[in-house]
Amino acid sequence: MFDQKEEPILEARHVSRVFPASGGRFLRANNDINLKMYRGQTLGIVGESGCGKSTLMRMLVQLDQPTEGEIFFDGKNIASMTKKEQRENRRHIQMVFQDPSSAFNPKMKIKDIVCEPLLNFGLISGKEKDTEAKRLLRLVELPEEFADRYPHNMSGGQRQRVGIARAIALEPEVILCDEATSALDVSVQKNIMELLAKLQREKNIAIGFICHDIALVSQISHQIAVMYLGNVVEILPGTQMKASAKHPYSVALLGSIFDTNMDFTQKIESIDSEIPSPLDVPPGCPFQNRCDRCMEICRKERPMLRKISERHEVACHLFEEKEGGERG
Amino acid sequence: MLELKNVTISYGDRPTVKNFSMTLKKGEIASLVGESGSGKTTVIRAVLGLLPGGGKVTDGDILFEEKSLLQNTNEQWRKLRGTDISMIFQDSGAMMNPIRKIGSVFTEYIRTHEKIGKKDAWEKGVEMLERMRLPDGNNIMKSYPFQLSGGMRQRVGIAMAMTFRPKLLLADEPTSALDVTTQAQIVRQMMELREEYGTSIIMVTHNLGVAAYMGDKVIVMQHGTIMDQGDREHVLRSPQSEYTRSLIAAVPTLEGERYV
Repeated sequence: MFDQKEEPILEARHVSRVFPASGGRFLRANNDINLKMYRGQTLGIVGESGCGKSTLMRMLVQLDQPTEGEIFFDGKNIASMTKKEQRENRRHIQMVFQDPSSAFNPKMKIKDIVCEPLLNFGLISGKEKDTEAKRLLRLVELPEEFADRYPHNMSGGQRQRVGIARAIALEPEVILCDEATSALDVSVQKNIMELLAKLQREKNIAIGFICHDIALVSQISHQIAVMYLGNVVEILPGTQMKASAKHPYSVALLGSIFDTNMDFTQKIESIDSEIPSPLDVPPGCPFQNRCDRCMEICRKERPMLRKISERHEVACHLFEEKEGGERG
Repeated sequence: MLELKNVTISYGDRPTVKNFSMTLKKGEIASLVGESGSGKTTVIRAVLGLLPGGGKVTDGDILFEEKSLLQNTNEQWRKLRGTDISMIFQDSGAMMNPIRKIGSVFTEYIRTHEKIGKKDAWEKGVEMLERMRLPDGNNIMKSYPFQLSGGMRQRVGIAMAMTFRPKLLLADEPTSALDVTTQAQIVRQMMELREEYGTSIIMVTHNLGVAAYMGDKVIVMQHGTIMDQGDREHVLRSPQSEYTRSLIAAVPTLEGERYV
């Protein structure tokens, strides 16, 4: 898969987002994020609540602007576009939300929901709506009769399929899923994941998959970014999550998973302390106070993402000795 | 210690849980797993006699220490709940009054069940919080629920539930709203409760991994009936029902089958 031309379709360069907070303080929700998404590939973003995954995604779909840094779509800087260009550009990046029941207008029929983006961009006329809605429903493996239903007549899994149908209506290059399966039962989740993977293969879509379930992310992603307190701490291929995750936080996350294949005789490991408030992130490494391998330098200097092997980057002082030699 | 015999629970005419039987020994942990609507919460609510609006046990019997719970008067329930049997919820914070401080709720709870002065009740509360590894119990007693993180609130909920060393703890998805690292902490602490107090636990969860890790026995439910029941080896490795097999296959696992 990686042998194809490695040209990022969506790229975040040094993106930071800072929100003003009470008392003249600032909340740094994203800090110097550099990520690339490639055509036809999935980028998984994992992390716990409050780590800035959703903030990042909101910026990638242009619902929010970065405070610093730039976002490039297909080589073009989104921030430097005119309003009109930005609107046109939205066609290429679509989103699937966590809770499909609150993502739809309850008074709209399914056919109106899935065709709304097409009508907005004037791609079909009102008359073509019925046939177009049926085509989209077939794509997401729903019966055509659902076109005349309302969202509340459907189950959670069916509604999520409608959400996906709406997202692919404009034939986007990128789909961003924000916890798209978190509200669903596991068996339904499996079907939705299979559908996403199928659509990706057929249409060569780049998928950004935000999720807190590390196991699920590793099953769908070509590439995984682990986030902690607004920083990307590790980027690695999805197939290698379990085998070669290096960052102490990634390792802690992996140790906290309850897996049906786990060794039940072993005690579950977990880090004991709580995540510090994003309002007072300590200087130096964001993970320092929970890390059992914390060193002197971690309290002073923030580690940068560094390549440790092909497609594997870690932001941790522990893994710098190879190049520098002076630390260790 | 606890026995449910062919229990059928109905809301109106429709049975939600059919023919449910299980036993629980002292210090044993049973996990109830199932997807939404499978009736797992209904079962533990029935044990506590707290079925919402019109729900009734229409058949079978629930025995707690060889006495049927179904004929309990309100007065008998009051003696049992919160002392011998207690419950923790998915979001303990949401179960607390948002405009009252933890300390005020906690001391009131202690003083409802025990003749004890306000100051002593406060100290008892602080002690319980610190046992749940919450740093600075006094400070937490003076906080409002919203000032605590989800994991801390859940620990407060468990501390309250464990105050009177209940014989039976009913846990309704206590870790589902938490992050994975916090979930691991809470699970570990719940396992320690059993060792320390000999408490029996019924753990309701949709997370098959958590259920298998915690449970001495695992019960898989679908549409109100038991699909599989037994120890974790039996349920995970050689399940009897097709449903359990499909459920296990659907759980995401690291290095499992990949979608892409």
